[in-house]
Amino acid sequence: MEFAELIKTPRVDNVVLHRPFMPTVEGTLCLTGHHLILSSRQDSTEELWLLHSNIDSIEKRFMGSLGTIIVKCKDLRIIQLDIPGMEECLNIASSIEALSTLDSVSLMYPFFYRPMFEVIEDGWNTFLPEHAFKQIETLTDEWRLSSVNKDFTVCPSYPPLVAVPKFIDDDTLRKVATFRHAGRFPVLSYYHKKNGMVMMRAGQPLTGTNGRRCKEDEKLINATLRAGKRGYIIDTRTINVAQQAKARGGGFEQEAHYPQWRRIHKAIERFGILQESLIKLVEACNDQSHNMDRWLSKLEASNWLTHVKEILTTACLAAQCIDREGASVLVHGTEGTDSTLQVTALAQIILDPGCRTIRGFQSLVEREWLQAGHQFQQRCAQSAFSNSKPRWEAPVFLLFLDCVWQILRQFPCSFQFNEHFLVLLFEHAYASQFGTFLGNNANERVKLKLPQKTVSLWSWVNRPQVEERFLNPLFEANSLVIWPSVAPQSLLLWEGVFLRWNRSSKCLDEAYEEMVHIIEYNKELQSKVNALRRQLAQLETEDGLLQTP
Amino acid sequence: MEHIRTPKVENVRLIDRVSTRKAAVGTLYLTATHTIFVENVSDTRKESWILHSQVCGVEKQSTTATGCPLVIRCKNFQVIQFILPQERDCHDVYISLMRLSRPEKYEELYCFSFNPKVDKEEREQAWNFLDLKAEYSRMGVPNYLWQVTNVNRDYGVCDTYPSELYVPKSATPPIIVGSSKFRSRGRFPTLSYYCQDNNASICRSSQPLSGFSARCLEDEQMLQAIMKANPGSEFMYVVDTRPKLNAMANRAAGKGYENEDNYSNIKFQFIGIENIHVMRNSLQKMLEVCELKSPSMGDFLWGLENSGWLKHIKAVLEAGIFIAKAVSEEAASVLVHCSDGWDRTAQACSVASLLLDPYYRTLKGFMVLIERDWISFGHKFSHRYNHLDGDPKEVSPVIDQFIECVWQLMEQFPCAFEYNERFLIHIHNHIYSCQYGNFMCNSQKERRDVRIRERTHSLWTHLWRNRADFMNPLYRADHSQTQGVLRPVTAPYCFKFWRGMYNRFEKGMHPRQSAVDFLMAVKEETQQLEEELATHEEKIAKLEKQQVKNNKVMLQPADKGKHLCVSPSDTSVANTPQDYTGNAVTRSPEWPT
Repeated sequence: MEFAELIKTPRVDNVVLHRPFMPTVEGTLCLTGHHLILSSRQDSTEELWLLHSNIDSIEKRFMGSLGTIIVKCKDLRIIQLDIPGMEECLNIASSIEALSTLDSVSLMYPFFYRPMFEVIEDGWNTFLPEHAFKQIETLTDEWRLSSVNKDFTVCPSYPPLVAVPKFIDDDTLRKVATFRHAGRFPVLSYYHKKNGMVMMRAGQPLTGTNGRRCKEDEKLINATLRAGKRGYIIDTRTINVAQQAKARGGGFEQEAHYPQWRRIHKAIERFGILQESLIKLVEACNDQSHNMDRWLSKLEASNWLTHVKEILTTACLAAQCIDREGASVLVHGTEGTDSTLQVTALAQIILDPGCRTIRGFQSLVEREWLQAGHQFQQRCAQSAFSNSKPRWEAPVFLLFLDCVWQILRQFPCSFQFNEHFLVLLFEHAYASQFGTFLGNNANERVKLKLPQKTVSLWSWVNRPQVEERFLNPLFEANSLVIWPSVAPQSLLLWEGVFLRWNRSSKCLDEAYEEMVHIIEYNKELQSKVNALRRQLAQLETEDGLLQTP
Repeated sequence: MEHIRTPKVENVRLIDRVSTRKAAVGTLYLTATHTIFVENVSDTRKESWILHSQVCGVEKQSTTATGCPLVIRCKNFQVIQFILPQERDCHDVYISLMRLSRPEKYEELYCFSFNPKVDKEEREQAWNFLDLKAEYSRMGVPNYLWQVTNVNRDYGVCDTYPSELYVPKSATPPIIVGSSKFRSRGRFPTLSYYCQDNNASICRSSQPLSGFSARCLEDEQMLQAIMKANPGSEFMYVVDTRPKLNAMANRAAGKGYENEDNYSNIKFQFIGIENIHVMRNSLQKMLEVCELKSPSMGDFLWGLENSGWLKHIKAVLEAGIFIAKAVSEEAASVLVHCSDGWDRTAQACSVASLLLDPYYRTLKGFMVLIERDWISFGHKFSHRYNHLDGDPKEVSPVIDQFIECVWQLMEQFPCAFEYNERFLIHIHNHIYSCQYGNFMCNSQKERRDVRIRERTHSLWTHLWRNRADFMNPLYRADHSQTQGVLRPVTAPYCFKFWRGMYNRFEKGMHPRQSAVDFLMAVKEETQQLEEELATHEEKIAKLEKQQVKNNKVMLQPADKGKHLCVSPSDTSVANTPQDYTGNAVTRSPEWPT
């Protein structure tokens, strides 16, 4: 297919662009296969380059022959284009609609994007599972890397290499896979080096209504327990939801068959409800009524912060079991690809200082989200403004980022990266020039040849001049476990995402700059003083030498 | 001491409100001024001191198997729960505290017995730390448009006003006196803030006694005089900070608001801040939400909405914004009033001043602002903050709302204020503590009668001496945010729940690391480095010079290693998990260890 077929009017002059907090620009609107471009041809800073894939929905309005297109983006920005001429306007609108909803992944921009920078370190190879496992191997020999899934047949959504208990062979794994949702047998998610406890994740067990059991499954997870120790199974669903899952062939671990494990049910919502929550929250943020009661009531009704609280609480619980109770943990919900990953990833942020560095966090996203088979392609297909009925869309990853932001707010000095980095990941998960978040799992990424055909987001982020933007000036390595507060009073609306286009961030940005300035100046003085100290010491010795003879 | 029935109770348990499983055991002492709890843990002997004047509620709950619970609620939003082993002791403590927390005479208040180690001269000097005369002259008055009037020298015209007042040049004593007779409690229009750049002023008064049709020539002349004192302007605003309905209802009682037909060139405006009773109830509702034990997000947000608190904060801020806009953008003078002109008027005027003038965003300027708009103009501190056992209907969180408005502004303009959140909380605390004389009584006259200056200490010098604790590290006098008028956004999402104030004592809820403290430590270190740099440079210069001369120099080693250890985290708190489980984990006695 040629993009040209979809572009009925490639160019319109005298288009007026309205953007939040920026002066109105009049210029020429151009449509390319992947971008909507508006340029005044005077000042490059006034240009707009918008990825079609960032467009969530559009609205058309007409006043005589002047058409207006409201473009609502997945990053929650709303812009307005005033286009003279009804036909041009209609053409542009239908082209945008077609181009922003392309079905084929291989037509997406990352396959066409050529970086303007030299790739020094290829992000596709930076965080391979074997690298992550090497670290664990230095701490324990109880685990091994299995290649049972090397051709993605045992579990289509797992990567080719997974960490499993050393004495569980591949045949056993194959059997366990048949007993777990979508073949997602329990694998190692995190090893707590302080006490050797582990966190595993899986899909739900397929017990069904007649209480099927699987000896190999029991053997596998028991193999992770030390002698005389017990573990916790954290089921992210309520007991009712878990019960209902039995009717569809799913279920949960029966106490009788898992006597060494204690099951705890939590209540993290499933994707459809989360998507609805996002839509309501964004609607509340864009409400123009200026009425306090209305705002608070809509904020409450969106339930967004309720989800944040529930996810954080569950992650804290998992971390608490591991660090405080000295017990190993198995986390799952239904599929093991959404709420499960929110919990396992956040628990690691809490427990492991390594995950709070910028590289460590990338590695965490790579391991616990991309490799673990979170369906980014499906979940992030649409955002809060979509008119179509959501199918698989859900802000699962955005909720995770929100939770990280909440912890960052409570421990502003314990993270090497800053809020901008979290916002960046949100943006790129929904629309990007990089291939990192394309596809739904490792298998699809291999089929799409993403590492060969696209650039990794990490390749760009980890260049020193880019990384600098995302570093937290307040960072001081903190080797402790960090326990966040989950009281409603402690949880805030993430303004950096949800109010980003509603209110100017000028004053807050200035405060950030001031903070950077204070710290930079201090460092500068440090090095000056150190240099002078050396100079002084040298002068002293010289002086001494002069005196000796 | 005659009110203390039991001075000491042993084996009392102090309950941790966040995780109720934890409790400290210790001894409870009652003194004339404080309730003191000393933990039994021998090496720490941690103490909790609760000032009797902070106590606003004592509740004895029904006895359980574990003992007799006693809940103490404080005006600074601390809630403490003790469990006493004996019902009889609990009752004695309860009765004692009921009496001790409700003094009947000013003489019983803490400020009269509070005796820090300060000599007499220093104490007296402290009362001169702030000088309102200097403040008015900083604003540029008296000048050719404004004069000081002595008409209220003996508080004869208005006993709730200060003795020295600033009025327009053309406002003669007969006009003032006439106008005062036409205003509630004699509170005639007088200057609060003067904008030197454009001659616009903010004046304040109480409501006119207009009823349905009454007029007063002198009052009309008074407003005319205020307008004339702003030569560039053809009109002035009269802002009634009450809801229109309330103001209209007042007309039936012979009070009310200005009739635009009777006053020439005024633009009349209602703002709609609710009265003290609505505000008291609103705070009460919000505090109930704050006190909920492990509320859900929905409970909390619903409760917050239902309390209406943030809506009221928004209204107060909007009143200030309206006035500040009139002064800065239209160069128009504004007369502000409510009913008596000592609550909502004080809020609106002080918020407007803070928005208009960067001076009030400095440490000293903020003290001056409170001294001028609140203390000198007869805000009824004693009644509103219940210093003496009095009418509960007079109590209302009026200045609390002003202080919160400042905090909301700090959130929007992080670099604009010289002081930090701690400063606001500290002032708030002392408005209630009765430890310093500044906020005693209801008016300047009362304070003079009780001889506050002679007998108590002033808070302002105490704050000034400790100013290092109250500095905002992001403030820079030359920063663009610091300059000029603040123009805050008042969209509802800009108003946040002030956890630092209302859940101040729930340590577990607050950020475990403080960026402010971190930056302050860095700045302190920077200052030391600057000093060290200077000494080194000096030494090197000297040494080089002397080396040329080939003279022997003894060198002191530089004070190395004097580096500040910047540790922003309270690791003990950071390393304590909350109760995330709803007891799912810890309630497992069958657990093998």
